[in-house]
Order: sequence, then structure tokens, then C-alpha cells
Amino acid sequence: MTDQVVTEPRGQVNLAGLTKTDYRGAPSTLCQGCGHNSIANQIIAACYEMNIVPENVVKFSGIGCSSKSPTYFLNRTFGFNGLHGRMPSLATGALFGDHTLKGIAVSGDGDTASIGMGQFKHIVRRNVPMMYIVENNGVYGLTKGQFSATAERGLALKHQGTNAYMPVDIALEALVSNATFVARSFAGDARQVKELIKAAIAHNGIAVLDIISPCVTFNNQDEAMHSYAWGKEHEVMLHDLSYVPPAQEIMVDYAEGEAIEVTLHDGARIILKKLDRTYDPTDRSAALRMLEEANRKQELLTGLIYINTQMPSLLDVYDLPETPLNRLSDSRLRPSRETLDDVNAMMV
Amino acid sequence: MLAEKTIPQADTPKSGQQVVNDFSITVATVNGSGSQTSNAAIVRSIFEMGIPVGGKNLFPSNIQGLPTWYTIRINKDGFLARCENHEIVVAMNQATFTQDLADVQPGGVFFYDDSIRAPITREDVVSYPMPVKKLIREREVPSNLRDYVANMVYVGVVAYILNIDMDKICSALTFQFKGKQKAIDMNYGMVTAAYEWAQANLTKQDPYRFEPMDKTAGFIMADGNTAAAIGTLYGGVQFVSWYPITPASSLAETYFDFVPMLRKDPETGKTTVVVIQAEDELAAIGMAVGAGWSGLRAMTSTSGPGISLMTEYVGLAYYAEVPVVIWDVQRVGPATGMPTRTAQGDVLLIAFASHGDTQHIMLFPGSVNECFEFGWKAFDLAERLQTPVFVLSDLDLGMNQWMTRPFEYPDQPMDRGKILWEEDIARLNGDWGRYRDVDGDGIPYRTLPGNRNPKSAWFARGTGHDENAKYTESPEVWERMLGRIKKKFDTACALVPKPVIETMDGAEIGIIAYGSTDDAVQEARNRLAASGIPTDYLRLKAYPFSPEIEEFIRNHARTYVVELNRDGQMQQLLTLEVPERAPDLIPLAHIDGLPLTATWIVTALTAKEVK
Repeated sequence: MTDQVVTEPRGQVNLAGLTKTDYRGAPSTLCQGCGHNSIANQIIAACYEMNIVPENVVKFSGIGCSSKSPTYFLNRTFGFNGLHGRMPSLATGALFGDHTLKGIAVSGDGDTASIGMGQFKHIVRRNVPMMYIVENNGVYGLTKGQFSATAERGLALKHQGTNAYMPVDIALEALVSNATFVARSFAGDARQVKELIKAAIAHNGIAVLDIISPCVTFNNQDEAMHSYAWGKEHEVMLHDLSYVPPAQEIMVDYAEGEAIEVTLHDGARIILKKLDRTYDPTDRSAALRMLEEANRKQELLTGLIYINTQMPSLLDVYDLPETPLNRLSDSRLRPSRETLDDVNAMMV
Repeated sequence: MLAEKTIPQADTPKSGQQVVNDFSITVATVNGSGSQTSNAAIVRSIFEMGIPVGGKNLFPSNIQGLPTWYTIRINKDGFLARCENHEIVVAMNQATFTQDLADVQPGGVFFYDDSIRAPITREDVVSYPMPVKKLIREREVPSNLRDYVANMVYVGVVAYILNIDMDKICSALTFQFKGKQKAIDMNYGMVTAAYEWAQANLTKQDPYRFEPMDKTAGFIMADGNTAAAIGTLYGGVQFVSWYPITPASSLAETYFDFVPMLRKDPETGKTTVVVIQAEDELAAIGMAVGAGWSGLRAMTSTSGPGISLMTEYVGLAYYAEVPVVIWDVQRVGPATGMPTRTAQGDVLLIAFASHGDTQHIMLFPGSVNECFEFGWKAFDLAERLQTPVFVLSDLDLGMNQWMTRPFEYPDQPMDRGKILWEEDIARLNGDWGRYRDVDGDGIPYRTLPGNRNPKSAWFARGTGHDENAKYTESPEVWERMLGRIKKKFDTACALVPKPVIETMDGAEIGIIAYGSTDDAVQEARNRLAASGIPTDYLRLKAYPFSPEIEEFIRNHARTYVVELNRDGQMQQLLTLEVPERAPDLIPLAHIDGLPLTATWIVTALTAKEVK
């Protein structure tokens, strides 16, 4: 492995010696006020605050408005903008190249909940170590305002009529596919989005973030369930969530018995401060029940819905060398000449 | 037998005349009855006796119950293509008994399970009953194994009548059962009992027999899928994603045995290749493209329907310039078609797979040995050219047993292509562009995820991009980029394997063929020459076509393109290459799902030549 090339500090720097500028991307080409832009900004803030070196990350996306956003953060990071609904397979293959890289993937409801449903389910079930954000706005933006599979039944859109079908619930789908990290948030709640991103990046496995991210152009009517107004009105937070990095003292202030603490594989902790209810995010059946209940009550339930820190990730399952696979020398990849005699002897 | 017109090929043997090492044996069984082991034992024993032999399984798309045939061609001169004649038939399947009997060539031999209640209506064949049930009862075989061991009865009877060396059968079974003594004893015990029964009860009345030769020294027996997988392991493959599909599955399944043997890291003992069964072909290609982009030698193996599904990712890999290797073990299409039958029908689909302007490199292994060779070579081409490389095998080559030259160790070091690491970017002071044509060969330089130089990263995309991988919809840039990618295809002409050309004195006409038809073409040329039509032969190994191919076409009055499809797909590609010679490029295209025979070629070509 080669040494990290450290950039000269300019202005305020983090522990990696980098300024916030080092985490920026190209200017966004999405609409003013799009929820996706605020999520991109929270990815930048989270990576900066976690002292992540951009070269230690790799970005993925599929096709759609959401999938354009990886160019709007982490300019110094490799990325691949794949095919519609088929980012999960691309990421699965690519993450084997260098197992020390963190995966950050951005998809949308059109990309994940229709053509991408199969690959979404399978990347979840394989527990690929990667943050998988679904920027969920219930509508196809790039093709100008058609219904997506997460649009609520009864939603009326200009030129499209009224949606007759039941919606797909991304968090539920993740949960029934045995995801090891499932969270839901709202792009209008910047602090929670950022803390969840940090926890998701730190998690050693698939971390699904279903973030309601309003489309200001095609689906932001007050009564639409993916709008800013509806989100503000109906958000119910499961807990007040904070990410505490490894080996750092817990600064969050809470009384005895008023918080649940989840320790991640690297020693980082997630502190879940109790709000209206006591909720244990490691209980999968409770999580399923609660999501059903929230849907029935038409609540936008946000926070860490489920976490399992015990499952090995896909990369842990394979018995691979410490050296990243893409740096193995030829002599470690091509078997010796002598071995071929044995092979030929077997072919009679 | 499968419905086909039987074209007489050799004369019926005259009485008293011996036929030695030149005939074919067809075994008719019920699918799923375990005849693979017994057939393989016969083939391996004949091979060990030094006699050229090849075995082809003609099987239905079914796990258990439908009829299946295994044909074994024995030829002292080494012509091992399938042939239409059935000199010797072993009938173990009641359902096809009457047809099997009808298909025996006059003067031929008919071995049959005597518990099948059907009349022997032919007087022009020699028939031998086999008391399969009785012998099984006497051996006290456990009831769950009876069907399997029953097949050993015909091995023993055939061995006695045709003179197969029993020691060779014993060693073949020892090999197949990997030394497990109990299984060897049970099966070889049955073979011996059947042999001894035949010795005591049958009198040889037919002219066919095996005599030991020395014609198999320097050869091995293998199938193309096994050879391909092992070849890729010697090519340093690091990532395989696959989805089960006949006839490609056995390629990926070969890794279960050979990865532990061949790919433990010499330094750490860890495994240096990832094999992953994807959820479908859409994901299999996605994973392979992701792995190829991240710098791994990545591949997937599939058949026609899988290629259809992979097409969009192939287009992205072409335009984003990602190396990836795709094995297509072809079967009969369109649609589900005949999944267990062989074809060369994906040539045009692959040549231009995906929307927009695309053109892909294809390799055509013509032997099992070449499956091994292209196993490693395809990665060198894919990484050098930064593009998908397809290897087109087929069911016949991939799944059947062929006599072939031993696998040869790669004669070139691995070519990882143009890759820049941290120190390279530093040396360039960060002034590089992912899609710049620095060397004039159309091939740009690439960096890989994990490169820690802050100037190394780039964003791969299917959208329009410039030399620095930045998004653009500039008309000039689009045209320039696509033109440069096409230049790589010209560069590829000089890098892909050259064709093999074989000439004959006085030949005015040429034959072009590729892949699994080589044996049939060679045999056909021999017979055509004997009937006064000498031919030159060019066996294609790759697309794009190297200059020798155009020259060959120009140098012959007429060139016949022999292939296993309806539309003469390779002939069409060649016509695009040499349009002015189109009238003289004559398709000899044939598709019925069966491996090509010399007789078909001789008949079809003669009909065109003799008018």
C-alpha cells in the first residue's frame, strides 16, 4: 500500500488535514430547492467531520436525478454512474477491487423500486459493505413528472391522472430482505440526515437510508406525501440520534436509562436518545410492526429503524489477502508452470 | 436416434472382413439413469488403448425420463467429428427401442437389454441380448444404485464383444470414482460379471473390433468448459460472476475444484479470485464490469439468453472503456430454443451488441486446447484494449469429451495494459486525462479505485464525456470520442490471434470455418480431395478480421463459409469486410442442433460445386 498524499492545510482543517473544499463536488445541475442537493451537502459535511480521506471512498449511482448527485460531492473520489436499477451489481463487483475503500451509493425511488428492485434486494441480502441512500420523492424527475413505485395511492399529478396502485415501502423491503442497517429520514431534517449518514458509513455492511427528498418541480404539493410541507407536518422521530466516533468521549447529554447505545465494529457508537417512546432498533420484528403502524397512521417515521452489527459483510465472507486484490502482482495471480503438469495429468 | 436423414457413408462390411478402430457406438438410455459414468469409462478405456476417440452427449432439456444418446466416434485416422452412421447401437431405453433398432446401419450391431419386450425385426444386423436385470439381481446391488450399476452391464458385454482391455476399464473407473474403493468394486464387479457372462454365453458374429494403437500419446481428453475455466485461472482471473445456464454452468462450476488447487496466494495462503453466483445475468455482467473497472481481471460466463440480458451493460463497458471478458457457450436460439443443443448463432448479436455504435472483439476457440489458451489470452486483450472481449464457444465444444493437445503454459507474461498508479500521476504532475489518446493507438491510460493520489480519481459514466472524463454534450467531442474508440478496434486487428491457414495442391476454392466445426471440416476436406475437389482452409480465431482473411478471400475463386446457424452470420460479417467479393462468399450454414458432420459439408459443398 502506498502512503496517503496529504494536501497542504488551507484554512480550517480536519484531522485528515483537509478543508471542507476538499470534499466538494461539481456545482449541482438539479433544481433549486431539490432535496437531493441538501443530502449531497450532508454527505460532504459527514465525510469532513469523520475525517474520511476522499481517496478512501468510492461512489456509485444508477440513473435518474438522484443518480446525478455523486458528481456534486467528493470530487477527489472515484465514482461510477451505472445503469438504471443496476448500480448494486456494479458496486458489488467494484468493491472487491480494494477492500479498504468505503462505498457510498446514491439511488432514487425510480432507480431502486422498479427495475432496480431485484438488485436492491440482492445487495441487501449479501450485506455488501456500503451506504445505500435512496433519495425518495415519489416521482420521475428527469423524464418530467411520472409516478414512481413509491408514490402513494390516490396521488394526483399533472398530466398523469391519479395513481391507482399501492406504494412500495423501501425501508420495509430492506428489512424483509434481511438488511443489517435500515433508516429513514427527511431531507428537511439536515441534522438527522447527517448523523444517520455517519452511522451508515461506519456500519460494516449494507446501510439502507430511505430519505424522503422532495421534488420541488413535480411533486411538492402540500398534500403529497413526499412534499416538504407533508414531511414537516407528519415527521415522527424515533429518537434523537448522534454518532460518536471511535475512542471519543460521549458528549451527548442524557439521563440514566434515557438512551440506547449501539457499538459498531470499529468502536464507534450510535447514541439513541429517547423521545416519546422507548425503541430498541436491534429488534427486527418490532421494527416491522412499527413500520406497518406508521404506514397505517400516515406518519413519516424517521431515525434508525433497525441495526444488526453481528452479520459478516460480503467481503468478510471471502478469504481474501490483506493486500487489495487490484494491487496483487502477476506472480501471485498466475499459477506456476509445474502446476500445469498436474492439471494435464488429470485430463485423461 | 434423433430425426435426421441418414446419408450412407462407408460401405457395408463384406462377410469375413474385419472393421478395426473405425466405427461409431451409440448408447441409447433414459436421461438421468447415470449412463455418464459408463460412457465415460468406455471412452477413457479406448483412449488408453491408444485409439483416437471422441464422445458426444446428445441429450434433451430434461433431468430425468426423456431419451438421451451418447455417441462415441472411433477413428484410426483421427477424424472425430460426429457421423451419421450408427454401426453399433446399445439399446437400454424401452421408449426408443424400435427406432434405435431401425437406425442401425446394415451389417451393424445391436446390443439390447433383454428385459425390453420388443421384437428384433432386423435380419441384417447382429444382435446381442444382455440380461441386465438377471445380472443385477445376482450381484445384490443396493436398490437405490441399481439403475446406475445396470449401465455397467453394457460396458462389460461391449468390452467382450469389441475387445476393450478390461484393465483399462478398471483404471478408468478408479479414476472416475477418485479411488473410492467401494464404488470401484461395485461397478467394476458388475463389468466383470457381464464380461464373463458374455464370454460364456455369446458367440461373436460381427466384424467390429478394437486393436491397441499408439495414436493418443501426446493427447489429453477434456471438455472445453473445464479447459476454459482452468485457462482463466492461469490468466490470473480475479473475479468471476455467473448465473446458471445450460450449457455454460459447468464452466463456472469448474472453479469449485480448481480454485483451491491453483489459486491460493503463494505469500499468504489466501484465495486470489472471487467467484460469485449472481441473481441473474443482468447482475452477473454488472458485477463483472464493476470489478473490471476497479482493476480486477473480471469475467462472466453465459449462453445466448444471458448475452441478450447483458447487452446494455456491454454497451456501457464499451463506451466507458472497461475491460471485461464474457464467455458465451452457445446453444440453439432464439428464445428458449433448444437449450441442450449446439449452435453458432450468437455471432451477429455479439459483434454489434448494444444500442448506438458499438463493435466488439470476439475470439473463437476451435479446440479444447484453444479454450484453455483463450481463457488466459482474453484478459490480456481486454486489459490492453480496455473493452469487452467475448469468447464464443458452444455446447459441443464446451460439454463434450474431446481428444486434444495438453494445455500449454502461457507463452507471454500477463499484459495488464495502460494503468497509472500514485507514482505515475506524481511524475506527470497530475496532468493526465482518462480518455486522452497519448500514444496514437486509440487506447487511453486509466487509474484504478484505491489509487491514493488526489489527482488520480475520475468519474466513469455512460453519458457523453470528454478527454478528462467530464460530462459534455458537445457535438465535436462526441464524434471525436467515438472515433477514437473505433481506432482501438483497428489496433485490435494486430493483437488478436491470427487465423490458421491450411492449403492443398490445386485448390481453387476456399473454406472458412470457426469453432467446433474444425473436425468435421478437416474430414470433409479429406473426402472432397479424394473425390477431386481439393480445398484450402482458413480457420478463423478472432474478430476483427486480420489482413490474412481478406487476402484468403481474394485469392480464391469461391470461398465457402461453414457454420452452425441459419443465416450465415459469419458470412455476413465477412461480406461487410470484403463487399466486392460478396457473390463469391457462399454460406454453408446449417442448424439442427446437432454437431456438424463431414457428410453434411461434403454433400452441401459438392451440390454447389457440381452443377
